[in-house]
Amino acid sequence: MNARRWMRLRGLLRKESLQILRDPSSIAIAFVMPVVLLLLIGYGLSLDAKNVPLALVIENPNAESASFAAGFFQSPYFIPVRFGAVQDAEAAMRAREVDGIIWLRSNFTRQMLGAGAAPIGVIVNGVDANNARIVEGYLQQVWAGWLASYAAAHGIAFAEPLNVEFRVWFNPAVESADFLAPGLIALIMTLTGALLTAMVVAREWERGTMEALLVTPAAISEIIVSKLLPYFGLGMGGMALSVAVTTGLFHVPLRGSIWLLMAASAVFMLSALGMGLVISTFSKNQFAAGQIAITVAYMPAFMLSGFVFDIASMPAPIRVITYVVGARYFVAILQSLFLAGNVWPVVLPNMAALALMAAIFIAVARRLARKSLE
Amino acid sequence: MSKSFARAGRIVAALDRVSFIARRALVTGLIGSDGSGKTTVMRLAAGLYLPNAGRIEVLGIDAAADPQRVQSIIGYMPQRFGLYEDLSVQENLDLHADLHGVAHPDRPGRYADLMHMTGLAPFTRRLAGKLSGGMKQKLGLACALIAAPPFLLLDEPTVGVDPVSRRELWVIVHRLVEERGATVLLSTSYLDEAERCDEVVLMQGGGVLGQDRPQAYTRRLEGRSFRVSASGISKRALQERIGRAPGVLDATIQGSHVRIVTERAAPPSPAQVAGGEFPLEIAPVAPRFEDSFISLLKEQGKSASAGGDRAIPLARADGADGDVIVVRNLSRRFGDFQAVSDISFTVRRGEIFGLLGANGAGKSTTFRMLCGLLPASGGSLSLAGLDLRVAPARARGRIGYMAQKFSLYGDLSARENLRFFSAAYGLAGARRQDRIAWALDEFALRPFADAPSRDLPLGFKQRLALAAALMHEPEILFLDEPTSGVDPLGRRDFWRRINALAEGGITVMVTTHFMDEAEYCDRLAIMSRGRILAESGSEEMRARFRSAALPNPTMEDAFVALIAAAEAPSAGAA
Amino acid sequence: MLRRIAALIVKELLAVLKDGKSRFVLIAPPLIQLIVFGYAATFDLNHVPFAAYNEDPSAASRELVARFAGSPAFTEVASIHSDGEIAPLIDRRKVLMVLHIDRRFTRDLMRGSPGRVQFILDGRNSNTALIAMGYANAILNTYGDWWSARRGLKPARAVLDIRARFNENLDSQWFIVPGIVALLAEIVTLLMTALSVAREREAGTFDQLLVTPMRPVEILIGKSAPGLLVGVIEATAIVVAGVVWFHVPMRGGLFALYAGLLLFVLSVIGAGLMISSLAATQQQALLGAFMFIAPSTILSGFATPIANMPRLIQYVTYLNPLRYILIVARGVFLEGATAGSLIPQYWPMALIGIVTLAVAGAMFRRRLY
Repeated sequence: MNARRWMRLRGLLRKESLQILRDPSSIAIAFVMPVVLLLLIGYGLSLDAKNVPLALVIENPNAESASFAAGFFQSPYFIPVRFGAVQDAEAAMRAREVDGIIWLRSNFTRQMLGAGAAPIGVIVNGVDANNARIVEGYLQQVWAGWLASYAAAHGIAFAEPLNVEFRVWFNPAVESADFLAPGLIALIMTLTGALLTAMVVAREWERGTMEALLVTPAAISEIIVSKLLPYFGLGMGGMALSVAVTTGLFHVPLRGSIWLLMAASAVFMLSALGMGLVISTFSKNQFAAGQIAITVAYMPAFMLSGFVFDIASMPAPIRVITYVVGARYFVAILQSLFLAGNVWPVVLPNMAALALMAAIFIAVARRLARKSLE
Repeated sequence: MSKSFARAGRIVAALDRVSFIARRALVTGLIGSDGSGKTTVMRLAAGLYLPNAGRIEVLGIDAAADPQRVQSIIGYMPQRFGLYEDLSVQENLDLHADLHGVAHPDRPGRYADLMHMTGLAPFTRRLAGKLSGGMKQKLGLACALIAAPPFLLLDEPTVGVDPVSRRELWVIVHRLVEERGATVLLSTSYLDEAERCDEVVLMQGGGVLGQDRPQAYTRRLEGRSFRVSASGISKRALQERIGRAPGVLDATIQGSHVRIVTERAAPPSPAQVAGGEFPLEIAPVAPRFEDSFISLLKEQGKSASAGGDRAIPLARADGADGDVIVVRNLSRRFGDFQAVSDISFTVRRGEIFGLLGANGAGKSTTFRMLCGLLPASGGSLSLAGLDLRVAPARARGRIGYMAQKFSLYGDLSARENLRFFSAAYGLAGARRQDRIAWALDEFALRPFADAPSRDLPLGFKQRLALAAALMHEPEILFLDEPTSGVDPLGRRDFWRRINALAEGGITVMVTTHFMDEAEYCDRLAIMSRGRILAESGSEEMRARFRSAALPNPTMEDAFVALIAAAEAPSAGAA
Repeated sequence: MLRRIAALIVKELLAVLKDGKSRFVLIAPPLIQLIVFGYAATFDLNHVPFAAYNEDPSAASRELVARFAGSPAFTEVASIHSDGEIAPLIDRRKVLMVLHIDRRFTRDLMRGSPGRVQFILDGRNSNTALIAMGYANAILNTYGDWWSARRGLKPARAVLDIRARFNENLDSQWFIVPGIVALLAEIVTLLMTALSVAREREAGTFDQLLVTPMRPVEILIGKSAPGLLVGVIEATAIVVAGVVWFHVPMRGGLFALYAGLLLFVLSVIGAGLMISSLAATQQQALLGAFMFIAPSTILSGFATPIANMPRLIQYVTYLNPLRYILIVARGVFLEGATAGSLIPQYWPMALIGIVTLAVAGAMFRRRLY
């Protein structure tokens, strides 16, 4: 009996593997899509403001204003453009030629070291609020840097009230690729696990092959295992490829253990596969399965996992929803493993949550899938 | 072995208190039209459905209580063969051998046996998706047979398959029963196949009409079938008149005669039919299984598409009897595959022209070229005097087209479909309103005018499709396997309308797998491998194959012989 | 001809509206996206957890901690008392930031030398860290001014008087919601046009359509119009939701917005019809649409500025119609842009539209058989 079970399982697994090898779209989703997405997001989704076009309006050019302007010309963040009048600069901002205006009024030098009124007006384009805030920060830095060097050169001591030091751990250069690329791996594995699996099972229903499969001695658990294993392999392959691209091409450090990364990925993959199986039991045509998988698996993995957007900052009802998004836990693990190392207190609880989700999904899939067409 | 179950209730009762027994080592046929519950029975027997009430036993095992045990001893072939199209023939076999636990040492012998039986041996490395319909069907059967099951369930194994392949399948099935003592339960909507079963279960509307040996059914009609011929009246007009005569249950065209079935074992009086207008010749003929099915249906009044008993006026249109479809040296190649090579034929006004052929013979390619759905690689064709290449839109305005499967917009109601197609054909204003009203009345669609057309009964879908194709009063009507899946009464109703149209001067071009429908055609062309093998009337076609062994060949005999003769030499070479 | 096209448009709309699956595609994803994007896609910080490590228990330092704790951006979740406690809190992601106030903070301040404050941030989410730094700086600046004023000191130096234009409070929703107008118009229009032909091919109705006297160009127009209609209607619904529900200002004219939307939707229809002419099944059409939507969203400036991308990729974005409509939508909503000032955005969309529609027409004609 056991030998027969093994024979059936091996037959199903071989069939599934052959189908994967012959279907260009599974290969595309598992291996091409990760690379394309990594490249797109790695290069396309950058939050680090660079080369911000800036209008410089200097009403009364002199040595001080020239040296201040030089500070912007040297900064990697800005591309300053000179304008004669503030009206022209505002017109340029309306035409989206510049993202900010620095306006040095005629009394710049006199007031620079004095007190009271602000001699420098700064206007930033606030449409992209996040970018505007980042630009503001850079502006403050340039200003403070120039002031300090000016004061040092002229032997003036500032009564600076605070001496502030920022230290960013794990990612001192604050590179966005370093935190986006690990998160992306969760997104890619969601695609393979949930979307591909849901569509592949739906395809069997659509083509009538599931009906033929059901009327064989194969047990339902064998059919489920035969769906899980090959796509598990495919997903882990895609994951390995993504890790290679992340560390090789984007030079993101992998500070934690690769084995721990594999283990966490395996648990997440199981939860994604389980989700795909559950989706496929609800919808037996590929179109609907694809739609549902994108809506309930892919979109949340993108938006609600902390991959790009900070979960703590979301409104409470949405924050509650994130707890049922498996990618949330995986992203936390990934970001720690890549940038911080084996932080067990982060890895263990999140992995436990993932394992629980995987167990629930697979159990639900097992319960819902009966050897029946009803 | 016994089975009996009922499955009442639910929102739609698929089966209502159905009971029957399929006996060991016999072929039991489930005969019925689409929606009669055949597939439900099959799936119940395979343990894929659970009955709401009643029980079903397969080889002494309760299929509802222990489906797994049933599934490990039976062979099952679902409607679409259940093959993995991206696996090769061999890989499909391997999978099923693994699933059924066939021991490795036994496999080479088993495979060789099955491949020999099905003739698939040369194709073991080919992907299942690249096989022809008939070969897929045989591979599906081979997969179901891999564990030499004592009980075999075949769900419509012959649907959409040409007569040659159907015949080959039956040979295999009979061999299984004779050599291995297998029990076979098979469903089909082809009535002529019933005569090949040992026992038949007639199903209609989720119930069983009866179970008996097919000969028993036929015997009941002894003395009630006649062949009527007359001169001085067209065969279609004759059929229409006889069909309405009292005491006549059924009238079909066969060659130049009309074949009738009467209520009692007495021929109708010529006076009643002809009223002395023309001489009538009535001769008794042997009953067929189809006759008994029709008479059972008519007696029970259980037709799924009732309401076709209205008289259809046969108006003989005036007008020149010119050639309406002219095809000269038409060819079509796909890459290096010559799908249609160099065919020529003409169809005259008011003629019904049938295009027959095995799967892959090129008839649908020809058909699509004629409708302007596919450009020709060579040759010329003109429709109603218009060249499709020069004036495609105008030529398309002259034709009506009814596709193989229902291809109107399922979400739209009958009325909305008619509105759309009338506008698509450029009808407007009062004329458009008139034609829509005509279609709804003529095809008795009013009661369903505002329901989504997807939910219509099959017979009404087919009527709606025909109505849509006729909105603009086309000169030529193209029908691509128009009646597949429709019950026999629905088919008769359909052909009465087609006859009326042809009498009215509309030229009809049709493809079909039903050989009895070929009899309605004035002329037939039989295609194989992209060429026309023969072109003549059905009577002549049959006459060509009359022999001592087959004194009275059927259309199917003629078809099979013709294809076999054409393909034998090249098959031997390959 | 017009009557035939009108009949086809009516039929297309009926088919979409009567089919549950299509209705779902038109209604559910937009709704979910509006809610998720509108609320979750924000770079504004709220309730960022931080720990105070105050080694100088004095009124001045407590005032600083209180200013952080009182800010909506930060929430104080722990108070620590030794260097050793920092690492566990950050490592375990209990806090994103530790505010460390030096032992001599008050003494230094009283002496007139700068009081030392150190921030330790978790860089695993570097974007949040970056933004948190900005927020922290703002709080520190007001604290510095407050201290100087209290001590009767003049502000030490000239300060930058930074004002934001168009989105004065730097509210992310104001940035995202106009973007959703464009994004949803793209998704809905693309799905409708990409799937419409594939659906007919699968149902077999396409042949039935082709045997009518309709010309390819008529079928093309008939297939485009419903996408245009539904795309613009859904965009309108989001515009209304943005103004009424999310309170995003509408400072420009509707004409400028709709002129852009129309051109944009046309260019998307061209892309959708191209996918449609290639896809034999709805499945392939769906995959094709996904392959178009994913890059076009990322390379559009929807979430992050195009200026941040590598030069080469910036050139690629010029081919993306979404790039232009995003500028139009945000320009009209927030900047009060006029149609005249948006002409540099209109013409590239018109050009893309003409090219994609022409190519789709050619592909369609070739694949008609």
